[in-house]
Amino acid sequence: MTSQNPTFYPAEDRVKMAASLRCFLRSGKNAVSALRRQAFHGSAPAAVQVTVRDALNQAMDEELERDERVFLLGEEVAQYDGAYKVSRGLWKKYGDKRIIDTPISEMGFAGIAVGSAMAGLRPICEFMTFNFSMQAIDQVINSAAKTYYMSAGLQAVPIVFRGPNGSSAGVAAQHSQCFAAWYSHCPGLKVVSPWNSEDAKGLLKAAIRDDNPVVFLENELMYGVAFEMSEETQSKDFTIPIGKAKIERQGNHVTLVSHSRYVGHCLDAAAVLAKEGIECEVINMRTIRPMDVETIETSVMKTNHLVTVEGGWPQFGVGAEICARIMEGPAFNYLDSPVTRVTGVDIPMPYAKILEDHSVPQIKDIIFSVKKTLNV
Amino acid sequence: MTSVWRFVSNALCRITGRKVFPIFVMLSSEPQAAPTVSELLVDLSEFIRLTSPAVPDPAETWLQSHKQPPPSSTPPSLAPPVCTDEASAGLVSSMTESQLENPGSTVVVSNSLNEFTTRASFDIKKCDLHGLEAGPPLKTELSRDEGLRFYRTMQVMRRMELKADQLYKQKIIRGFCHLYDGQEACAAGVEAAIDPSDHLITAYRAHGYTYTRGVSVREILAELTGRRGGVAKGKGGSMHMYAPNFYGGNGIVGAQVPLGAGIALACKYQGNNQICVTLYGDGAANQGQIFEAFNMAALWKLPCLFICENNKYGMGTSVERASASTDYYKRGHFMPGIRVDGMDVLCVREATKFAADHCRTGKGPIIMELQTYRYHGHSMSDPGVSYRTREEIQEVRSKNDPISLLKERMLSSNMASVEEFKEIDIEIRKEVEDATQFATSDSEPPLEELCNHIFSNNPPLQVRGTHPWAKLKSSS
Repeated sequence: MTSQNPTFYPAEDRVKMAASLRCFLRSGKNAVSALRRQAFHGSAPAAVQVTVRDALNQAMDEELERDERVFLLGEEVAQYDGAYKVSRGLWKKYGDKRIIDTPISEMGFAGIAVGSAMAGLRPICEFMTFNFSMQAIDQVINSAAKTYYMSAGLQAVPIVFRGPNGSSAGVAAQHSQCFAAWYSHCPGLKVVSPWNSEDAKGLLKAAIRDDNPVVFLENELMYGVAFEMSEETQSKDFTIPIGKAKIERQGNHVTLVSHSRYVGHCLDAAAVLAKEGIECEVINMRTIRPMDVETIETSVMKTNHLVTVEGGWPQFGVGAEICARIMEGPAFNYLDSPVTRVTGVDIPMPYAKILEDHSVPQIKDIIFSVKKTLNV
Repeated sequence: MTSVWRFVSNALCRITGRKVFPIFVMLSSEPQAAPTVSELLVDLSEFIRLTSPAVPDPAETWLQSHKQPPPSSTPPSLAPPVCTDEASAGLVSSMTESQLENPGSTVVVSNSLNEFTTRASFDIKKCDLHGLEAGPPLKTELSRDEGLRFYRTMQVMRRMELKADQLYKQKIIRGFCHLYDGQEACAAGVEAAIDPSDHLITAYRAHGYTYTRGVSVREILAELTGRRGGVAKGKGGSMHMYAPNFYGGNGIVGAQVPLGAGIALACKYQGNNQICVTLYGDGAANQGQIFEAFNMAALWKLPCLFICENNKYGMGTSVERASASTDYYKRGHFMPGIRVDGMDVLCVREATKFAADHCRTGKGPIIMELQTYRYHGHSMSDPGVSYRTREEIQEVRSKNDPISLLKERMLSSNMASVEEFKEIDIEIRKEVEDATQFATSDSEPPLEELCNHIFSNNPPLQVRGTHPWAKLKSSS
């Protein structure tokens, strides 16, 4: 795409279109067969294309229906249908009692959500973005995460904090931070970071059913991206276990570990590298805490090379933790080269598009890093 | 005559080792120890039976009249006590005089169990109101049983906190220890006005509420000393004690207020007619999140009773130096508020009843400011005299102590005897000693439990220890 576009598409849409195209290309074979199946049976398709947004919406809808203790609160979640339309239709269906619009008071409503969880409800507390969760972070850490331990098991806090995390498009420094490392640092929290629609739905349902505080890190740029969802994943009881990573692509030469949006980038890089004969194994972490180190270790013991990819800053980040864990475990002896971290640039996020594009990992950065790690 | 008998009885007592002539014991002004009140009373009633004149005396009439609702024509000297200070003083003095002249009859009046007033009415201070047409009543009734229970509860709290002070100075308790002595009327009064099924959450000065919400002294002290028998198995400490419908014990100043509003939201959501009492201090009253909680609680009409325990100092900062407005009961602005004498347990009880009713009837949240005082410093590491004078502390102790206030009220309206109070004190002393014994001798939590209780209802997981080879196990 050139910089002079006769038709103006908002940045989000351009990204979405590119992502959808990539997804289609990536899953080409599956998409064609899905269409074929549809033609044959003439009934509801076995697999469907579902955007991440709709997957999240379905997850919440199903859990609200399943358990009357579940409710959603946050800014604009009810009558506005959600700032990013993730909760579209829920207020109309469930009403004021279950879908609550809050004033702009993160610390206050996060505390209220935690208190309601202590008293027997199962709240979903939405932060419009996780940047605003910093206002309320004391309630997340000190009131939610630590309470079960401090009370020696007397007081559980079954709550989900969810919202978009990490960089978006053109929203600049105060609205683009990734909080995966911050929250994953703390015992007592579970931190989950879905990539595709299946992840989004299965993990959100699991998070809502979990009796512990779960930080659910979504990604705004992924909301509009559609993925194929199998019949199994469309079931109302489909959940994905928290704490288990998924191998999205098998490979022998190098292991790529990532979470959220950058799993897609890794798969794209893998497709390009495959043409040069480099087969990447791509692991989608799905859960940051508790981290599924075993899956990473098993893969590294096979491929002997590891590259981590994330959108957040390098210092004390997710990749840094993976490096430390690999060094402390059995996989270290299988490494043929040090682990490489591909991360966001260590700066506050700039606004101008060219600067923003160069502040986060691009596919070419992943390809470059893989080749460097493999010394090719 | 009296003194001769006294001399004889004392001599006999010393010989026999037993107080045989209790009537003279009563008349003596020496402090008595060994026999229990009940023993004494049995002796007494025997003695009286044998020695009393048959003629019905004023005392009998009085006894009769107070078993039923008092007839309005009862002569003033025999009317059941309606206690204002002067009236009760007068009543006492008139009784005492007649005792000395008619030993037989007056002993029955003053010392048999049936003689106590079972119910009395007291005037209580008017509460300042904000956003309210009417407030709590100006008079309240107290039964003898309620009074003794209040006394007991407050005295337990007092002794428990003083014991914690002692243990801290012996370095058996460590870390933070924020003591509640002086503020007992708040915890006792609040609890008396709510149900066990109601909810309560407070800040770090929580030992008093932990007790009133049902945790034993034993479990509280053992938690302070960090033993496995503590209410949180030694993992929480002073500021993190929990019980059913009691949500701690919270260390972050002000954080408990939105939590309390959330608990109230759950009450409303579940439609169970329960309320949440959410306490905070004068220091916390300036926290932004409190105003956020006020806004949402009022907006959604949550059944939340916000209580500001104003003990005049936020750590070392007096209220005048911390707040542009020290009318904490008005700080809710759009929310109604009442300011209450927090040293008078009856005032606290009435105000809490009033406020709880306000919440329960769907009128939404309300603020209560309890004006109270803490004798200790902010915590055990604060002597408490660098920002206030010893004279100030002493003045409150002598003029406004909540336990003394209740005791004096009950004594002057003849609802209990000095001996009864002493007996209760002895029991409590023993209870606290036993608890201390447990708290200092119980074993510490086992190291195997170090990583437990990270997650609820979770399969066991591995936790990293201090080095890579320390692979610890965590169970729910």
